[in-house]
Amino acid sequence: MRARSSAAALALGLLALALSLHLAGYDALAALGALWEGAFGSWYALTSTTLVRAVPLIIIGLGIALAFRSGAFNIGAEGQFYAGAIAATWVGLHVAGRPAPVAIGAVWVAAALAGMAWVAVPVLLKFRFGVLEVISTLLLNFVAEALVSLMVQGPLQERQHIYPQSDPIAEAARLSVLPGSRLHAGFALALGAAVVVWYLFARTYWGFKLRAVGAGAQAAEISGRIDARRITAVALLGSGALAGLAGGVEVSGVSYALFQNLSPGYGFTAIAVALLARLHPLGVIATGILFGALEAGAGAMQRDAGVPAVAVYVVESVVILVVLLADAAQRRAPAAAKAAAIRLPA
Amino acid sequence: MTAPAPAPTLELRQIQKRFGSVQALRGADFTLGTGEVHALLGENGAGKTTLMHVAYGLVRPDAGQVLLEGVPRAVGSPRTARRLGVGMVHQHFTSIPALSVAENVALAAGWPVTPAPLRRRVRALGERVGLPLDPDLLAGRLSVGLKQRLEIVKALAAEARILLLDEPTAVLAPGEVDELFRVIRGFTESGGSVVLITHKLDEALAVANRVTVLRQGTVVFTGPVAGQTTASLAQAMIGDAELKTAAVLTEVKLSPREASSVPGPALVRLEALEVPREGGFGIAVRHASLVVHGSEILGVAAVEGNGQRELLRAVAGRLLPIRGRLEVAGPVAFIPEDRTSEGLIPALTLTENVVLGSHPGDPWLRRGRIDWSLARHRTTLLLREFGVVAPGPHARASALSGGNQQKLVVGRELVRAPQVIVAENPTRGLDIRAAADIHTRLLAAAGTGAAVLVYSSDLDEVLRLAHRVVVVARGAVLPVAPGATRAQIGELMVAGAR
Repeated sequence: MRARSSAAALALGLLALALSLHLAGYDALAALGALWEGAFGSWYALTSTTLVRAVPLIIIGLGIALAFRSGAFNIGAEGQFYAGAIAATWVGLHVAGRPAPVAIGAVWVAAALAGMAWVAVPVLLKFRFGVLEVISTLLLNFVAEALVSLMVQGPLQERQHIYPQSDPIAEAARLSVLPGSRLHAGFALALGAAVVVWYLFARTYWGFKLRAVGAGAQAAEISGRIDARRITAVALLGSGALAGLAGGVEVSGVSYALFQNLSPGYGFTAIAVALLARLHPLGVIATGILFGALEAGAGAMQRDAGVPAVAVYVVESVVILVVLLADAAQRRAPAAAKAAAIRLPA
Repeated sequence: MTAPAPAPTLELRQIQKRFGSVQALRGADFTLGTGEVHALLGENGAGKTTLMHVAYGLVRPDAGQVLLEGVPRAVGSPRTARRLGVGMVHQHFTSIPALSVAENVALAAGWPVTPAPLRRRVRALGERVGLPLDPDLLAGRLSVGLKQRLEIVKALAAEARILLLDEPTAVLAPGEVDELFRVIRGFTESGGSVVLITHKLDEALAVANRVTVLRQGTVVFTGPVAGQTTASLAQAMIGDAELKTAAVLTEVKLSPREASSVPGPALVRLEALEVPREGGFGIAVRHASLVVHGSEILGVAAVEGNGQRELLRAVAGRLLPIRGRLEVAGPVAFIPEDRTSEGLIPALTLTENVVLGSHPGDPWLRRGRIDWSLARHRTTLLLREFGVVAPGPHARASALSGGNQQKLVVGRELVRAPQVIVAENPTRGLDIRAAADIHTRLLAAAGTGAAVLVYSSDLDEVLRLAHRVVVVARGAVLPVAPGATRAQIGELMVAGAR
């Protein structure tokens, strides 16, 4: 049922893309062909563009699933990603000469902690003053982007002070890549993280409590004697840590440096990734690769068919809308008669 | 030549409705005469509310006709229903808490919102129908009884000629029930007609002219109230095949008050306890002192919102007292009032809902991990032991009927043989059989030495179950002398109440 509506959402998204391309006067078939070629057309396209882009989407998507499943809406993954990237760059510039595992470990830990710190502000605001995390996490995205801009023109700017970007990080902090491609070790990390989050949800008591809080906070507190606030807070912090980690992985595996627009909106696309996977950690792997393919194919589409790459966001938006609508419809059309009995007049 | 009989004001013909796999109504007929109070009885899931939702345009029937004053009508929405003179008061409230009483009435009736004339108009209407309301109060600040009064006034303001009341007495104190019945009679005397959906047979007998009994979506009895008894109506509701069960139920109802013999040890002890108001500021319970012994059922009688909820939740360990002494023997079982928002999580499976009630040291908890196959196995046993009708432990709680949901909650709490049991409105909204089952479980628990605290907004339930009764009024615990009458207890509840 859920998988079916996810597939329908994706199909509708692609259809909407084709239709809008056609209406805008492009050759929709050629454009979609270019998109496919760019995403899956060759071994290189698959490993070096699609999977490379899937890595941050999967890691952030897991974080989004963690927060959403606990009933908290972290819309600030983009900002947490940048916070992680800043910290990763700073650490990466200072680990020259260390053994690679130490250097990479330090970069990743710093990135995760920075992402966690970035979301700690909304967590504090939420539980101290009742500020909605939807708003505070969203607004902090802009702050994080401004902070990146400040960093690459200030403390982290490259040595000659010409370009708005950092120096490349130490060799020791760079991830190894699959020979003949740009696919880095972060992909393994993403897969591992998905399994860990899956295990957390499916097998551990803490993960169960998190799901219970998300599905019914009041019952979780009254019947389960669960401290719902604490669970939500920890879930949000974990969510920020994963988004920050994704920033660190991007720096250590792809960019090797910090600059503005390092993320083509990974933090937002990951929301679609998580929703399309119905917040299932293993599903996030599949949907992360799917959206990685869309992002990768978008570049090819622009190059080969002259269609602006941003057109793929049509797919993303339609997917989010359809999934949310399908969920709402499911809630409104329950199987049992008693559910109808409690429906309110509009 | 005889004049043709006037058409009934509301007629439902051969209504059928299916929800998924559940056939809620199987060709139900219902006729409401002008000026009539018509009681609609039936067990949970019999289709009472659904049938009235068809008349009110909330549920579109699969087949059948709705006639108003003899004219077939397509009642596609509540808005249409209201335009046609049909008003409904639901089990839950539909007012906007942040708006005043007057604004809520204006919204429902489509009156202009000019403050001064509106205020006068609302006040006048309330006084005319015998339901006075302060038009300036915020709807959210009204007591439960007054909220319901507002719902009725809203329907009357919209010029309803037919009022559909869905279990209106569930939230009322005894005195308020009598008041409601006066209003119903006044309304019918002025030409209105009322459908009263209820579980309570004595209410049907007290206020209705006619009665219709639904069983599994079919009308099994319809006729004048005269000549009916609670026994005959109960039999119609439950069915001949299960008369035996019904006989058992009557026995169960009679036994408890005599059961108390030697009180057990004191398992709950409160001294000068103060408990804060739940989810807000202020004190809900002041200076409460109370002892409950093993093998004893203590009934708590109160008008909603007098601190009984906080008192029970403090004993259950769900609310921290501010000061005073509270000693409760463990483990404590808690059966909260609202099963779908507090007792269980509808979106989770039955197994998950059983795990939700985990205590440290439960066998399925293994160093932070959950042994789901063991939990599933225990849930299967629990379903069997407590007679929960369900497709299996993997079913979602939302797929269960209200009675089975409650049995699941009760089973989860009682299966670990608690020393102390705290239950709030344990049978609210349940049909006779499910309610009797829950009562039997509570009695059995007391029989094996547990101390049971039961609050019910239905005073009769308190009296039926309890060995001893206390009234909670304005946050104070008032003892009730043994042998006090229902009227005396009611007086204590209302006199002390806020």
